[in-house]
Amino acid sequence: MTTPLAEVASSPSTLRAFLHGLPGVDRVGADARAAMLGTRSIKTTAKKQAIDLAIRMVDLTTLEGADTHGKVRAMCAKAVRPDPADSSVPPVAAVCVYPDLVATAVEALTGSGVKVASVATSFPSGRSSLEVKVAETRLAVAAGAAEIDMVIDRGAFLAGDYLKVYEEIVATKEACADAHLKVILETGELATYDNVRRASWLAMIAGADFIKTSTGKVSPAATLPVTLVMLEAVRDFLAATGRKVGVKPAGGIRTTKDAIKYLVLVNETAGPDWLDPDWFRLGASSLLNDLLMQRQKMATGRYAGPDYFTLD
Amino acid sequence: MSERLSVRKTYKLFIGGAFPRSESGRSYAVTSSKGDFLANAARASRKDARDAVAAARKAFPGWSGATAYNRGQILYRIAEMLEGRRAQFVAEITAFGGVGVKQAGEMVDAAVDRLVWYAGWSDKIGAVLGSANPVAGPYFNLSSPEPTGVVAVVAPQVGPLLGLVSVIAPVIATGNTCVVVASERAPLPAITLAEVLATSDLPGGVVNVLTGSAAEIAPWLAGHMDVNGIDLTGADAELAVTCEELAAENLKRVLRPPAGPVNWLADPGIARMTTFLETKTVWHPIGV
Repeated sequence: MTTPLAEVASSPSTLRAFLHGLPGVDRVGADARAAMLGTRSIKTTAKKQAIDLAIRMVDLTTLEGADTHGKVRAMCAKAVRPDPADSSVPPVAAVCVYPDLVATAVEALTGSGVKVASVATSFPSGRSSLEVKVAETRLAVAAGAAEIDMVIDRGAFLAGDYLKVYEEIVATKEACADAHLKVILETGELATYDNVRRASWLAMIAGADFIKTSTGKVSPAATLPVTLVMLEAVRDFLAATGRKVGVKPAGGIRTTKDAIKYLVLVNETAGPDWLDPDWFRLGASSLLNDLLMQRQKMATGRYAGPDYFTLD
Repeated sequence: MSERLSVRKTYKLFIGGAFPRSESGRSYAVTSSKGDFLANAARASRKDARDAVAAARKAFPGWSGATAYNRGQILYRIAEMLEGRRAQFVAEITAFGGVGVKQAGEMVDAAVDRLVWYAGWSDKIGAVLGSANPVAGPYFNLSSPEPTGVVAVVAPQVGPLLGLVSVIAPVIATGNTCVVVASERAPLPAITLAEVLATSDLPGGVVNVLTGSAAEIAPWLAGHMDVNGIDLTGADAELAVTCEELAAENLKRVLRPPAGPVNWLADPGIARMTTFLETKTVWHPIGV
């Protein structure tokens, strides 16, 4: 690299030169690699471990206009004790809610070890002024959120105004104070894998603690090849700077089979160091029930039914 | 000029309205009663059973929510399509052996008639089993039959078409969806019936047909927590006991196998329908 990373954001042109100087992604190669890793067969004891690890990595999410305090409390109870009938099921990593519901979640989860994450910065579109975005982030942090999921300004990114995106992330990171910052790239709107790689690096240079694929409001949401590109980016970023960044695919991960494919991808791309809830998360809501059903199937030897698990 | 080779058919499963191969990739040779090779059929695994239950569950809200009249029309449509394939069914039944062309024809006709009979029942069973109950209070009190849910059916091992139709039709006429384990020795009419079902306006997943060993698949269905009832008509005594024990875990409705040989040509009565119905009772205040 010609410019040290600390200086690439000193002007629009150096940032642009750096991001466009990143090696291109071989789309066919990435798709084929992700598909090939998706065929790995994970069975019996390895599957048991994978299911428990996946449960510990889940960010149990509810991001609906219809969310109520009651629903958030119910979800928090489920986050702490996913299967009330089986105390050996570990709690999930975090719950993810809108900023106005953070206080409710914090109250319900105090002392449980489950973190509270909040989306912010005019989620999911990100279409607002920087003042509003920063203020929203401060509100969420003040309410007790330990993690902030921000969205990048995809319009600015696609228009080539990388510095604007960079500065927004820096400003949000500052507003986060001690809270962890997850930067949502919304890869479904970025069009190419090259853009995914650029956005990943942009977010990491700006100070992201996690890079996250999607809001869950845009289709396609998380896909294996996009996550592969992002995992390669965090691996390369660690090598280049010594700073480790986490990855969170979100949206569209509904089955245990899908979740295990992601774990295989993490192990084979970024390495086993990332197989930890501190460095890899799965943003999901319906996935948890499928993990619990698979877990029960392995424990009892009979196929489980959705009637026996809570809906939210 | 060389003699034309006939196209050999590949027999597959019927799950969710599609015809997939077994997830396990297995197949087995189907022979006539004399031991002559007839075809290869898919040997379903427990995972195919799991997929079939998922498909049946998915289809349940739509099918049970359809009007009884509409379900009756679709059953009648199945009868029409089955009639159109009469020759194929007769050929398959006679190829298996044991019956002549005339007798096979009578069995196919009886299967068509059986479907028409159940088609008629679908919008009448509510009137027969439902009731307005006199209660000591200012309420209208109404009871009506509701479908149980997903029903696993172990089809009879003999009487491949008529027996099969006689166990499937009563289950779906009332709004249940089902997973059928076809006769292991004579599965070909079951697969041809699946092709009839696929072209009869029957929504995908209402009937799912698995071929293979009932002893292998049925216990998984009996233990499955998302299956609400099981018809053990085609299970032998040992398998029936195993399945009934497994079915107890989530209190499935169980239809035990018949004590002796069944004459499928006889009047079936409504017992098969009532086994997989629940009674819903509603109290409605008067004068509010």
